[in-house]
Amino acid sequence: MFRKQWFIGFLVILAGAVIVFAPLPVHAALPTHRTFRVEASQFAYDPGVLDVNPGDTVTIELVSMDVVHGLYLDGYGVSVTADPGQTAQLTFTADKTGSFRFRCNVTCGALHPFMIGKIQVGRNTWVWRGIALTVLGALAILILHPNLPKAKAV
Amino acid sequence: MSFEITRFPLIKSLLKNRWSQLLVWFVMLVGFLWAIMSGFAGTPVGNRNFGIVFVWIAWWAVLILVAVPFFGRGWCAVCPIPLPGEWIQRGAILEPPAKKPRWLNLRWPNKLRNIWLQNLIFTLVALFSSVILTTPKVTAIVLAAMFFLAIGMSMIFERRTFCRYICPVSGFIGLYAQAAPFELRVKDKKVCLSCNDKPCYNGTSTLLQVQGDARINEGSQAGYGCPWDVFPGGLTKNTYCGLCMECLRTCPYDNIAVNTRPFSADLAKPSTRMDEAFKAFIMLGAAMIYCGVFLGPWGNLKLAAYSAGTLPWIEYTAVFLVFLFGLLPVLFLGAVWIGKTLAKAAITLKKSFIAFATALVPLGLMFWIAFSLSFVMTNVAYILSSLSDPFGWGWNLFGTASLAWQPFLTTHLLPIQMLVLVGGLLWAGRTAQKAGAEIKISPVPVIVFSTLATLAMLGLLL
Repeated sequence: MFRKQWFIGFLVILAGAVIVFAPLPVHAALPTHRTFRVEASQFAYDPGVLDVNPGDTVTIELVSMDVVHGLYLDGYGVSVTADPGQTAQLTFTADKTGSFRFRCNVTCGALHPFMIGKIQVGRNTWVWRGIALTVLGALAILILHPNLPKAKAV
Repeated sequence: MSFEITRFPLIKSLLKNRWSQLLVWFVMLVGFLWAIMSGFAGTPVGNRNFGIVFVWIAWWAVLILVAVPFFGRGWCAVCPIPLPGEWIQRGAILEPPAKKPRWLNLRWPNKLRNIWLQNLIFTLVALFSSVILTTPKVTAIVLAAMFFLAIGMSMIFERRTFCRYICPVSGFIGLYAQAAPFELRVKDKKVCLSCNDKPCYNGTSTLLQVQGDARINEGSQAGYGCPWDVFPGGLTKNTYCGLCMECLRTCPYDNIAVNTRPFSADLAKPSTRMDEAFKAFIMLGAAMIYCGVFLGPWGNLKLAAYSAGTLPWIEYTAVFLVFLFGLLPVLFLGAVWIGKTLAKAAITLKKSFIAFATALVPLGLMFWIAFSLSFVMTNVAYILSSLSDPFGWGWNLFGTASLAWQPFLTTHLLPIQMLVLVGGLLWAGRTAQKAGAEIKISPVPVIVFSTLATLAMLGLLL
């Protein structure tokens, strides 16, 4: 019994490792040039979520609607700043896949640290891996410790 | 499975020594007063103000990522808020004085001897958190209010009534301290039963001398009765032990030990109190809502949470309260009811609800860790600059005032957060199973509830 549990535990860990590290099929779309007009105002970007394909050349036209705002893209380390009423451009190649936050990098008011948007390059694989791992985790608890109480006669 | 760390003389003497504790308290108190001063007198720009940066980024990071998960109430042991009040109450800073000052020393009313007030105060603070977290003056007002309230209460009520029944931070630290691999316990309960004076609870102004008692420990000191109103001999969980080490000093029989232990040790025995169960819901729900408000791309939601008193804020408040006190508990109750019905168990629904809420302790703790990682890692760069220029007045004390903002490790955050959340689910699932085994009810519906909550968190964070 004890050995069986260890074996199942090993299989669960193996399955978890596969979920976390296995390469997922990439959606093969021809790279293209995409331009987004992103309006920045206290304390949000509009649109707040951008979707692009891996390899796309992305241009973000950042328009500040009120005070000076910036846009710093996590993972890519590129940024741009727009003065009030002005448009500033940021162009980069989306050569890293995944989900990346972009944030205001110019202090713009009280909620400045929380002025956040998101760019999705290809599929956000961490969401799918996370869902699979969560389900695996829930199943693992029940399989490894199936100590369900027996029904009690009333 | 537990290991006594006070068996090492150096650690034990450090923990018992009042001067080493005073030194840490002094540093904390200076930092705390500095944070209040910078909040009132410094720049109104939150991310340039020492008060905001040190309280809500540095302190919060240490508290939720290190202190609570690993040391439980370790923070309470060094918290500066109750100190001046306690010193006034005791009439001394170190050893007990020969003559006690005459304060009212009232007992806290019986009806309020629970954590409902802490739940209420935490919820109020949480509703205004967007303002408190980002506006230095408001942070300073909140900190100063806690500070003076603690002083005032020390002069009216006995012991640390403020910490035990009012402090909103203490409430959730106590809840999550149950999961920590660190505890203070007695070595042998029989020794406590045979101890007549119980100086650990009553205090002693002189060294206890019991003639002819060979068990008397010569290392025991004069000291105060437990400031947290806990009799160490009855300690079974960490929730209300503030790790102040008074009992370690005063026990005449050297019967107090500080131990490391496996994570989650206190959670093996399910909760029996509704106030603690609701604390778990409040914390779980608040972590989920904060993820949406602070880390999501929804500007209107942020503004609604920030604009206290306006109609959007009232709507936000309604959603917040319904989610924390309505939706989450009702869904959970449904899950518990299904498990109870399937098992045809005789235990009441209320008792099973409270028992299973124990599973939300590790789940909530891991939700908070996952949430905090995001904003701590992105804002940690402000620490060095505000250290050099705490008031935003153009100082450059350590040459780091003009360091550019740079997020830290954000590219690795998503997988780390995912693992933290899944780890929380596994932990919650095992806790639910243990609670289920105790009350003879199937934990499966509660595990499904925890799985759905984890998936919702994944959606918000990833």
